[in-house]
Amino acid sequence: MSTMDSISRRKVLRHGGNILAAGTVLSLLPKLAFAAKPVTVGFIYVGPRQDFGWNQSHWDAAKKIAKMDNVKVVEQENVPETAEVEKVIQSMIQLDGAKVIMATSFGYWNSVKKMAEKYPDVLFTHIGAIWKPGDPKNVIGYRGYMEEPHYLCGIAAGRMSKSGKIGFIGSKPLYFIFNNCNGYILGARSVNPKITCNVVITGDWNNPVKEAETTNSLIDQGCDVIIANVDSSKVAIETAERRGVFSCGYHSDCSSLAPNGFLTGAEWNWASAAEFVEAWRTGGKYPNLLRGGFKRDMVGLSPFGKALPQDVRNEILKAKQGFIDDSLKLYKGPLKDNEGNVVLKEGQVVDNEDTKFKLNVKFFVEGAIGKTGLR
Amino acid sequence: MSNAAFYRGLEAVVISTAALILTLVIFGGFVAAFGVNPLDVYYILYLGGFATQISIENTLTQAAPLMLTALCTAIPARVGLLVIGGEGALVVGGIATVLVGVNLSGLPFAVGVTVMGLAGALAGGIWIGAAGALRQYRGVNETISTLLMNYIAIAIMNHLVSGPIRDFDQVLKASSWSIPQEFMVSTIPGLDVHWGLVVGIVACVILYILMHQTIFGFGCNILGGNQRAAQLAGLSINRMVITCCFLGGAGAGLAGTMEIVAVHGFASESLVAGFGYAGILIAFLARQNSLVIIFVAILLGGISASGGLLQRRFDLPDATTAVLQGLLFVMVLASNTLYGRLP
Repeated sequence: MSTMDSISRRKVLRHGGNILAAGTVLSLLPKLAFAAKPVTVGFIYVGPRQDFGWNQSHWDAAKKIAKMDNVKVVEQENVPETAEVEKVIQSMIQLDGAKVIMATSFGYWNSVKKMAEKYPDVLFTHIGAIWKPGDPKNVIGYRGYMEEPHYLCGIAAGRMSKSGKIGFIGSKPLYFIFNNCNGYILGARSVNPKITCNVVITGDWNNPVKEAETTNSLIDQGCDVIIANVDSSKVAIETAERRGVFSCGYHSDCSSLAPNGFLTGAEWNWASAAEFVEAWRTGGKYPNLLRGGFKRDMVGLSPFGKALPQDVRNEILKAKQGFIDDSLKLYKGPLKDNEGNVVLKEGQVVDNEDTKFKLNVKFFVEGAIGKTGLR
Repeated sequence: MSNAAFYRGLEAVVISTAALILTLVIFGGFVAAFGVNPLDVYYILYLGGFATQISIENTLTQAAPLMLTALCTAIPARVGLLVIGGEGALVVGGIATVLVGVNLSGLPFAVGVTVMGLAGALAGGIWIGAAGALRQYRGVNETISTLLMNYIAIAIMNHLVSGPIRDFDQVLKASSWSIPQEFMVSTIPGLDVHWGLVVGIVACVILYILMHQTIFGFGCNILGGNQRAAQLAGLSINRMVITCCFLGGAGAGLAGTMEIVAVHGFASESLVAGFGYAGILIAFLARQNSLVIIFVAILLGGISASGGLLQRRFDLPDATTAVLQGLLFVMVLASNTLYGRLP
């Protein structure tokens, strides 16, 4: 999927593990002769960093990147997707001397492109992975396949659900939310084919009241495992915990929110951007567009909750290994959507890195009770 | 200038400055509690807001939409209404801009942008004007109605951008169709700030003249001071109230237009950035004077521009700037009681 050869990248991975992401490893290495040039990395968040959600997942990456040798991280939170972000970028570059800007919200895209043209000596990353040929070369779009960790959450949900009903709360009717939901259901049905999943799209990224109401309503309908694809699933997880049902996390590590009912969670690993920082300051190669799942270490799994028995944990880790060595495919035939239409025939398999297919997912798989709201 | 006018001006300057200084002193104590040297913070406030070209550009960019949304509260306030619907009027103005703009391709730039500006202003004006009419004819409290209409406007926009006018090529965020690229407004020559700043200043000046130098403005002043007196004087109150609401709403609607034509190019949730609510603060700080709004907007723009630097240099929470703005708000309101009492 990267527009450049991924071999050099794999080499990096093979030789150093995720050296750059795991700064601790770096600090153990002897200082290299060609000491890395000092570089300032600016992180821009659209909301508060400690939200148990989207922004926190980037903050986690910032903390890892800050541990790299000779890297200084400056951060600014609550930056709206207006002209302000351009000014924040300029301020970071001119007043803080930033050479890398990590723009961590979708709506920053146009500003990022504009600023990248203005400052060709600064590297920009954007988390939408919507870079296309013709866009500035000093921009990287990257994004993880979140449906893979959702599949693993689904396995946990499928094994732990007593009622056979699980719940998915989505924010917006967008392709990746549909994919996540499908991953969750496919995972659950891989261990228990009778599972059904009630799906509710709230329509808002951040609407705690509605999220709490929806969680309660799903639980009232008998769902006993809840996952919420919203900016911060804190409210949904805490509500589920209070009601005594299981929950899975999203974006970042939410395990501390529900000591009893937390199973596991789907996490981003944005720290893979550390490689971009390294490539940028050493003049190395970097991709302009990068998507990946477990195979490329771009997504992660939250720590298992105490409620999850060992055999289920093993089952989840086995599936995770399946994504890593590409033996497990998420979308494969026979597959029907929840309106009975055939999506994939027997024998048809969609590659886990088939972004084109995933971008066009506008359906819920069989077992979902709910509508995409697109038709 | 007569002596009395001179002293009134001097009084306003002295009181505002005193309020500002007192705010900064208290804020210094607040950051000191976080273990940060207040003098460093003052320096960063200056550096981030006003010291360099980029700081000034940052400040002015932030100030531009606030001047327009502040009018939405300030103008109706001249006739005694408390309107807090700037956010909704901005959103409605933005939608109207897009709906009109997408149909204009081929027209000359100046015509296209003017038509879009009129559409935005008209939509925002009707939106708030409707709240004024509801109050005059049906007795609906304008504060409550404009607050609730904010949510209605945002809901309408969310509905439109996630269905009827959605651009399905934008996969990550529900966004409307884009206006033609040739209508995107550039920045002011020599200053990396979009033209919204000029629009804001011109609108403030025009409305200042209207509200302070014309018979209509004089009538509004009477109505704002005492409705009974205005009635006795035979002023057409309904017409004046609705006109003021319309003008205020038009200001905020124009802010929506500028956000579309100078920043986004399309409507999406990014329009809901809190400009409308910040405008209320500015209108009050400026004591509903359109001319003063320009300066207050720049001051608050500077505070939020330097707020980023405060976060980055001292690792202070983002809420720090909100604290500073809040303190300033309280101080200015409290200092209002001093008018006419100075020796």
